[in-house]
Amino acid sequence: MDGNKRTVQINVDTDIVTARQEGRALAASLGFSSSEQVLIATAISEAARNILLYAGTGTITSSYLEEGSKRGILIVVRDEGPGISDVAQAMVDGYSTSGGLGLGLPGMKRLMDELDIISEGGKGTTLIMKRWKL
Amino acid sequence: MQVPILKQRNYLIATIQSALTDADLLQLRDELTARVGRFRSLGVVIDVTVLDVMDSFAVRTLRATVHILKLRGAETVIVGIQPEVAFAMVQLGVTLDREATALDLEEGLVYLDRQVEGSGRHGR
Repeated sequence: MDGNKRTVQINVDTDIVTARQEGRALAASLGFSSSEQVLIATAISEAARNILLYAGTGTITSSYLEEGSKRGILIVVRDEGPGISDVAQAMVDGYSTSGGLGLGLPGMKRLMDELDIISEGGKGTTLIMKRWKL
Repeated sequence: MQVPILKQRNYLIATIQSALTDADLLQLRDELTARVGRFRSLGVVIDVTVLDVMDSFAVRTLRATVHILKLRGAETVIVGIQPEVAFAMVQLGVTLDREATALDLEEGLVYLDRQVEGSGRHGR
Protein backbone atom coordinates (compact mmCIF):
# COMPACT_ATOMS: atom_id res chain seq x y z
CA MET A 1 0.00 0.00 0.00
CA ASP A 2 1.18 3.45 -0.89
CA GLY A 3 0.51 5.66 2.13
CA ASN A 4 0.41 8.73 -0.06
CA LYS A 5 -2.37 7.55 -2.32
CA ARG A 6 -6.02 7.35 -1.37
CA THR A 7 -8.98 6.34 -3.50
CA VAL A 8 -12.56 6.95 -2.51
CA GLN A 9 -15.43 5.34 -4.37
CA ILE A 10 -18.28 7.80 -4.96
CA ASN A 11 -21.71 6.15 -4.91
CA VAL A 12 -23.87 8.13 -2.46
CA ASP A 13 -23.92 11.62 -0.94
CA THR A 14 -22.07 10.57 2.22
CA ASP A 15 -19.10 9.61 0.00
CA ILE A 16 -18.70 13.31 -0.86
CA VAL A 17 -17.84 14.02 2.78
CA THR A 18 -15.49 11.04 2.94
CA ALA A 19 -13.68 12.07 -0.26
CA ARG A 20 -13.05 15.63 0.86
CA GLN A 21 -11.95 14.54 4.34
CA GLU A 22 -9.50 12.03 2.84
CA GLY A 23 -8.16 14.66 0.45
CA ARG A 24 -7.83 17.19 3.20
CA ALA A 25 -6.00 14.70 5.43
CA LEU A 26 -3.54 13.90 2.65
CA ALA A 27 -3.02 17.61 1.91
CA ALA A 28 -2.34 18.17 5.62
CA SER A 29 0.18 15.32 5.71
CA LEU A 30 1.93 16.83 2.68
CA GLY A 31 2.34 20.11 4.56
CA PHE A 32 -0.29 22.28 2.85
CA SER A 33 -1.51 25.17 5.00
CA SER A 34 -4.94 25.02 6.59
CA SER A 35 -6.21 27.52 4.05
CA GLU A 36 -4.88 25.44 1.14
CA GLN A 37 -6.37 22.29 2.66
CA VAL A 38 -9.80 23.94 2.57
CA LEU A 39 -9.36 24.96 -1.09
CA ILE A 40 -8.37 21.40 -2.02
CA ALA A 41 -11.21 19.86 0.02
CA THR A 42 -13.73 22.21 -1.59
CA ALA A 43 -12.53 21.32 -5.10
CA ILE A 44 -12.84 17.60 -4.25
CA SER A 45 -16.32 18.19 -2.88
CA GLU A 46 -17.45 19.81 -6.13
CA ALA A 47 -15.83 17.06 -8.20
CA ALA A 48 -17.54 14.34 -6.14
CA ARG A 49 -20.83 16.18 -6.57
CA ASN A 50 -20.39 16.22 -10.35
CA ILE A 51 -19.81 12.45 -10.33
CA LEU A 52 -23.10 11.84 -8.50
CA LEU A 53 -24.97 14.37 -10.62
CA TYR A 54 -23.75 13.44 -14.07
CA ALA A 55 -22.33 9.92 -13.91
CA GLY A 56 -23.87 8.27 -10.85
CA THR A 57 -20.67 6.62 -9.68
CA GLY A 58 -16.94 7.13 -9.97
CA THR A 59 -13.71 7.41 -8.02
CA ILE A 60 -11.53 10.16 -6.59
CA THR A 61 -7.88 9.40 -6.05
CA SER A 62 -5.62 11.80 -4.17
CA SER A 63 -1.88 11.35 -4.27
CA TYR A 64 1.47 12.99 -3.75
CA LEU A 65 2.80 14.75 -6.82
CA GLU A 66 6.36 15.54 -7.82
CA GLU A 67 7.40 17.20 -11.07
CA GLY A 68 10.99 18.40 -11.25
CA SER A 69 11.52 20.63 -8.23
CA LYS A 70 7.79 21.12 -7.66
CA ARG A 71 5.83 19.25 -4.99
CA GLY A 72 2.09 19.10 -4.66
CA ILE A 73 -1.09 17.10 -4.61
CA LEU A 74 -2.76 15.33 -7.52
CA ILE A 75 -6.49 14.66 -7.55
CA VAL A 76 -7.75 12.34 -10.26
CA VAL A 77 -11.52 12.21 -10.68
CA ARG A 78 -12.77 9.36 -12.83
CA ASP A 79 -16.25 8.38 -13.95
CA GLU A 80 -17.81 6.26 -16.66
CA GLY A 81 -20.67 8.64 -17.29
CA PRO A 82 -21.81 10.21 -20.55
CA GLY A 83 -18.79 12.53 -20.72
CA ILE A 84 -18.71 16.27 -21.38
CA SER A 85 -19.75 17.04 -24.94
CA ASP A 86 -18.29 20.54 -25.06
CA VAL A 87 -15.34 20.87 -22.69
CA ALA A 88 -14.53 24.41 -23.83
CA GLN A 89 -18.05 25.60 -23.05
CA ALA A 90 -18.05 23.81 -19.68
CA MET A 91 -15.03 25.91 -18.73
CA VAL A 92 -16.86 29.21 -19.37
CA ASP A 93 -17.78 30.83 -16.06
CA GLY A 94 -21.35 31.99 -16.69
CA TYR A 95 -22.28 28.69 -18.26
CA SER A 96 -21.25 26.68 -15.25
CA THR A 97 -23.07 28.69 -12.62
CA SER A 98 -26.33 29.20 -14.51
CA GLY A 99 -29.16 27.94 -12.36
CA GLY A 100 -26.72 26.02 -10.23
CA LEU A 101 -26.90 23.18 -12.71
CA GLY A 102 -23.49 23.68 -14.28
CA LEU A 103 -20.38 21.70 -13.63
CA GLY A 104 -18.63 24.39 -11.63
CA LEU A 105 -15.41 23.65 -13.49
CA PRO A 106 -14.12 27.25 -13.64
CA GLY A 107 -14.60 27.53 -9.87
CA MET A 108 -12.75 24.27 -9.31
CA LYS A 109 -9.92 25.51 -11.48
CA ARG A 110 -9.64 28.65 -9.33
CA LEU A 111 -9.44 26.48 -6.20
CA MET A 112 -6.60 24.44 -7.69
CA ASP A 113 -3.56 25.46 -9.74
CA GLU A 114 -4.28 23.23 -12.72
CA LEU A 115 -7.33 21.45 -14.04
CA ASP A 116 -7.37 19.28 -17.13
CA ILE A 117 -10.33 17.41 -18.55
CA ILE A 118 -10.15 14.26 -20.63
CA SER A 119 -13.59 13.46 -21.92
CA GLU A 120 -14.88 11.61 -24.92
CA GLY A 121 -18.55 11.12 -25.59
CA GLY A 122 -19.68 7.81 -24.11
CA LYS A 123 -16.34 7.02 -22.51
CA GLY A 124 -16.67 8.90 -19.26
CA THR A 125 -14.69 11.80 -17.88
CA THR A 126 -11.34 12.13 -16.16
CA LEU A 127 -10.52 15.35 -14.33
CA ILE A 128 -6.91 15.90 -13.37
CA MET A 129 -6.44 18.59 -10.73
CA LYS A 130 -3.12 19.70 -9.31
CA ARG A 131 -2.16 22.10 -6.60
CA TRP A 132 1.47 22.97 -5.97
CA LYS A 133 3.05 23.76 -2.67
CA LEU A 134 4.40 27.27 -2.39
CA MET B 1 -25.63 13.79 11.99
CA GLN B 2 -28.62 15.78 13.18
CA VAL B 3 -28.16 19.46 13.92
CA PRO B 4 -29.41 20.47 17.37
CA ILE B 5 -31.82 23.39 17.33
CA LEU B 6 -32.20 25.41 20.52
CA LYS B 7 -35.08 27.74 21.23
CA GLN B 8 -34.04 30.94 22.92
CA ARG B 9 -36.65 33.67 23.43
CA ASN B 10 -38.38 34.01 20.05
CA TYR B 11 -35.32 32.80 18.22
CA LEU B 12 -34.06 29.43 17.07
CA ILE B 13 -30.36 28.65 17.15
CA ALA B 14 -29.10 25.81 14.96
CA THR B 15 -25.50 24.94 15.72
CA ILE B 16 -23.88 22.61 13.23
CA GLN B 17 -21.67 20.13 15.11
CA SER B 18 -19.78 18.30 12.36
CA ALA B 19 -19.47 17.91 8.60
CA LEU B 20 -22.91 17.58 7.03
CA THR B 21 -24.02 15.35 4.21
CA ASP B 22 -26.48 16.64 1.63
CA ALA B 23 -29.28 14.76 3.39
CA ASP B 24 -28.32 16.42 6.71
CA LEU B 25 -28.50 19.87 5.12
CA LEU B 26 -31.94 19.18 3.67
CA GLN B 27 -33.11 17.85 7.02
CA LEU B 28 -31.89 21.03 8.73
CA ARG B 29 -33.87 23.09 6.22
CA ASP B 30 -37.03 21.07 6.87
CA GLU B 31 -36.61 21.06 10.66
CA LEU B 32 -36.15 24.82 10.80
CA THR B 33 -39.12 25.37 8.51
CA ALA B 34 -41.32 23.27 10.80
CA ARG B 35 -40.06 24.73 14.06
CA VAL B 36 -40.33 28.36 13.01
CA GLY B 37 -44.06 27.72 12.72
CA ARG B 38 -44.37 25.60 15.83
CA PHE B 39 -42.54 28.09 18.07
CA ARG B 40 -43.67 31.23 16.23
CA SER B 41 -40.02 32.23 15.96
CA LEU B 42 -39.09 35.65 14.62
CA GLY B 43 -35.44 34.93 14.04
CA VAL B 44 -33.06 32.08 13.30
CA VAL B 45 -29.31 31.78 13.71
CA ILE B 46 -27.50 29.09 11.72
CA ASP B 47 -24.02 28.61 13.17
CA VAL B 48 -21.62 27.09 10.61
CA THR B 49 -18.43 27.63 12.63
CA VAL B 50 -17.35 23.97 12.44
CA LEU B 51 -17.90 23.57 8.69
CA ASP B 52 -14.58 23.34 6.86
CA VAL B 53 -16.17 23.12 3.43
CA MET B 54 -19.06 25.13 2.03
CA ASP B 55 -19.48 23.82 -1.48
CA SER B 56 -22.09 24.79 -4.07
CA PHE B 57 -24.74 22.48 -2.64
CA ALA B 58 -24.27 23.68 0.93
CA VAL B 59 -24.47 27.32 -0.13
CA ARG B 60 -27.49 26.74 -2.36
CA THR B 61 -29.29 24.87 0.41
CA LEU B 62 -28.52 27.55 3.01
CA ARG B 63 -29.72 30.22 0.62
CA ALA B 64 -32.97 28.32 0.02
CA THR B 65 -33.40 27.80 3.76
CA VAL B 66 -33.04 31.52 4.49
CA HIS B 67 -35.57 32.29 1.78
CA ILE B 68 -38.09 29.72 3.02
CA LEU B 69 -37.78 30.95 6.61
CA LYS B 70 -38.29 34.52 5.39
CA LEU B 71 -41.50 33.40 3.70
CA ARG B 72 -42.50 31.88 7.05
CA GLY B 73 -41.93 35.24 8.72
CA ALA B 74 -38.54 34.73 10.33
CA GLU B 75 -35.27 36.54 9.71
CA THR B 76 -32.20 34.31 9.45
CA VAL B 77 -28.55 35.10 9.96
CA ILE B 78 -25.68 32.75 9.10
CA VAL B 79 -22.80 33.04 11.53
CA GLY B 80 -19.29 31.66 11.90
CA ILE B 81 -18.03 31.29 8.33
CA GLN B 82 -14.31 30.69 8.89
CA PRO B 83 -11.76 32.86 7.04
CA GLU B 84 -10.35 30.01 4.92
CA VAL B 85 -13.90 28.85 4.09
CA ALA B 86 -14.81 32.39 3.03
CA PHE B 87 -11.72 32.45 0.79
CA ALA B 88 -12.63 29.10 -0.78
CA MET B 89 -16.22 30.29 -1.38
CA VAL B 90 -14.91 33.35 -3.22
CA GLN B 91 -12.57 31.21 -5.34
CA LEU B 92 -15.33 28.74 -6.13
CA GLY B 93 -17.63 31.62 -7.04
CA VAL B 94 -20.51 30.90 -4.65
CA THR B 95 -22.13 33.81 -2.85
CA LEU B 96 -24.33 34.62 0.11
CA ASP B 97 -24.68 38.28 -0.76
CA ARG B 98 -28.42 38.61 -0.17
CA GLU B 99 -28.36 36.61 3.04
CA ALA B 100 -27.47 38.13 6.39
CA THR B 101 -24.16 36.97 7.84
CA ALA B 102 -22.42 37.82 11.09
CA LEU B 103 -19.09 37.04 12.67
CA ASP B 104 -20.36 34.81 15.45
CA LEU B 105 -23.42 33.88 17.50
CA GLU B 106 -23.24 37.03 19.61
CA GLU B 107 -23.20 39.33 16.58
CA GLY B 108 -25.92 37.23 14.98
CA LEU B 109 -28.24 37.79 17.94
CA VAL B 110 -27.51 41.53 17.86
CA TYR B 111 -28.45 41.52 14.18
CA LEU B 112 -31.72 39.69 14.86
CA ASP B 113 -32.62 42.06 17.71
CA ARG B 114 -32.16 45.01 15.36
CA GLN B 115 -34.24 43.40 12.62
CA VAL B 116 -37.07 42.43 14.97
CA GLU B 117 -37.12 45.84 16.68
CA GLY B 118 -37.15 47.52 13.30
CA SER B 119 -40.20 45.53 12.28
CA GLY B 120 -42.06 46.56 15.44
CA ARG B 121 -42.31 43.01 16.72
CA HIS B 122 -40.73 41.80 19.89
CA GLY B 123 -37.93 39.32 20.14
CA ARG B 124 -38.42 38.60 23.81
